[in-house]
Amino acid sequence: MASSTPSPSPLLDASHLAKRYGTRQAVADVSLQVAPGMLLGLLGPNGAGKSTTLSMVAGLTPADSGSVCIAGHDQAADPASARRHIGLVTQELALVEGLSARRNLRLFGALHGLHGTALAQRADAVLAQVGLADRANDRPETFSGGMKRRLHIACALVHDPALLLLDEPTAGVDPQSRLAIFGMLEALRAAGKALVYTTHHMEEVERLADAVVIIDHGRVVAQGTLAELRQRVPGRQRLDIALAAPADAPLLAALRELPAVHQADARPEGLVVVLDGADAPGNAGLAAGAGAVLALLAGHGVPVQHLASQRATLEDVFIDLTGRQLRD
Amino acid sequence: MTAFLALVQTDLLLFLRNRRALLMSLAAPILIGAFFGSLFNQRETQVQQVPVAVVDLDRSALSARLLAALQTDPALKVSTPDAAAALDGVRRGALRAAVTVPAGFGAQAVAALLGQGDKPVLALAHDPSQAVVLPLLRGLLAQHAGQAVAQAAFAGAGGASPGAAPRRGPEFALPFTLQEATTTVDKRAGDGYDSYAHSFAGMGVQFVLLMAVDTGIALLLMRRSGLWQRLRAAPLSRLQLLGSRVASATVIGLGVFTVVFGVAIAVFGVRVHGSAAGLLAVMAATALCSATLGLMVAALGRSPEATRGLAILVTLLLVMLGGAWVPSFLFPPWLQTAAAWTPTHWAVQGMDAMTWRARPLAEALLPVGVLLGFAGLFGAVALWRFPWND
Repeated sequence: MASSTPSPSPLLDASHLAKRYGTRQAVADVSLQVAPGMLLGLLGPNGAGKSTTLSMVAGLTPADSGSVCIAGHDQAADPASARRHIGLVTQELALVEGLSARRNLRLFGALHGLHGTALAQRADAVLAQVGLADRANDRPETFSGGMKRRLHIACALVHDPALLLLDEPTAGVDPQSRLAIFGMLEALRAAGKALVYTTHHMEEVERLADAVVIIDHGRVVAQGTLAELRQRVPGRQRLDIALAAPADAPLLAALRELPAVHQADARPEGLVVVLDGADAPGNAGLAAGAGAVLALLAGHGVPVQHLASQRATLEDVFIDLTGRQLRD
Repeated sequence: MTAFLALVQTDLLLFLRNRRALLMSLAAPILIGAFFGSLFNQRETQVQQVPVAVVDLDRSALSARLLAALQTDPALKVSTPDAAAALDGVRRGALRAAVTVPAGFGAQAVAALLGQGDKPVLALAHDPSQAVVLPLLRGLLAQHAGQAVAQAAFAGAGGASPGAAPRRGPEFALPFTLQEATTTVDKRAGDGYDSYAHSFAGMGVQFVLLMAVDTGIALLLMRRSGLWQRLRAAPLSRLQLLGSRVASATVIGLGVFTVVFGVAIAVFGVRVHGSAAGLLAVMAATALCSATLGLMVAALGRSPEATRGLAILVTLLLVMLGGAWVPSFLFPPWLQTAAAWTPTHWAVQGMDAMTWRARPLAEALLPVGVLLGFAGLFGAVALWRFPWND
């Protein structure tokens, strides 16, 4: 399987990767191609096989079958050459707490063969890139969670890799730092880096990714650009409705009986209703569908506090493909 | 009270569920207790033979009888090398003492017994670190030499004439003088045994080993973190990754030894009477051996929690067997044999040889070789068993 916009010469070419742990098939027949200047989102719920896939790409976990080629170097046959092109941002922070930010960067640069003035200059440049130049001599244990994450990413950038592998890079990060990380990744993409970004937050993928691979139970269930994936649920609009009281089962059943309703779920954030045929000209379909929903809610005596509509999201695509929510 | 009991119950459950830690909590005191109990067990029926050399320069019937008596004594393990080899054996610590029966001893002793001459001198050169065996040797020499002389005097086997007139009346004192001396190798060796040198060697070995075990535990902890993944994702070979750990632990270990011996020299008057280069070589080999042991701990351990207790127990046993806590000659024979198979034994022996035993550089080669052999073994096991794929 390949992303639908493959480059003629992808920087990362992973083909038919498979990994089994005992009786559990963690990854089955996953293929990824990423070109320079492209950010590929690897989206799936926890335990879907994203991290295992990334680990095989990075050469940390041997694949049972399949191959990984990075910048023309086979990961199995010539791992050292392949790894020179990789910057790995692990899900767990990978910093040496006893060393200053600058010493951390110099350590990881040295691991990739940098030394002397070039290493010192590169470390300082990356510190500036992630906005930590003024904290260069401080130790990570004095940093906030977001600053640690930025330094963590910087350590993967110090040797200027062509391919950046990011495993849930915004885990535990405050909104401000998350935005800073997004900006950093967008700049890297603009600079021609290839990025693979795993997450179970569909909104992150929707913001960042040029192409998306949706993975579940170790298998690719869909892939393509955002537009291509949304076309899998054509004409659908999503209504996010805040109710005064949680929607009960009879209400949900009644909603699902409405002709315009494709799906209705009670979620922690409120009632979510997906409408079919809502892409009619002039939003007539949306208006009709939303009207029917609101009328039914009123008929059941359920006050509506807030209503918002948006085009179908990746989460809707995922639900459409798997029948369950992304965060299950 | 419910909350209090719930907390206690949780602690007990967690303790009982960690079976490896539970096993170590029980096994460690039992093993160490059994070890010390066996050392000082009064019911021990097996005699621990003291290795001594007898150099018979007299070659008389009396000296032959004395030698035979000593050889059949169950408390002694008697060998009969020449004088130089005997002294060398004592200096190296292979023998506890060397008894030299001088030429003319038999005749002079019989004459002395009969009051017809001066007492001959029986020379007893002993290992200064093994002074505890001196009373035993004095007693056995008095017993066997006294019997041999008396038997010769009254059976006419000695060189003196029983019929000659005594210069003084018969006496019941020993008919010889025991001249005791510690073995010192050269003029620099001062008073011989230096308990501080031995003690600092033993404790240095112990804490370098514990430090190495900590390094191994740290590697186990690192494997749980993203740091290990990132290191593995770098273009480094396995040898580079693990070798760098060994190198740093070796340098740290050598630094610890240097400081420990530096303090011993500066404050406690310890002197390197042997080869300083040999001592450095033994310390470096010990540090390397410890570092590879730490790596093996990381390779074989499953979790830091479970591994820590086992590794510390193994370290303490190695240190005890090496003779750092209790002199190894107090061990039962089987344990003395077992001790020779531990790296700590060779480390302590090597450092003793280069400090107070005043041995030359050549005598550091065997301990260094054995320690490097252990390092190779531990390193090979670590490389073989290291779990690379998480």
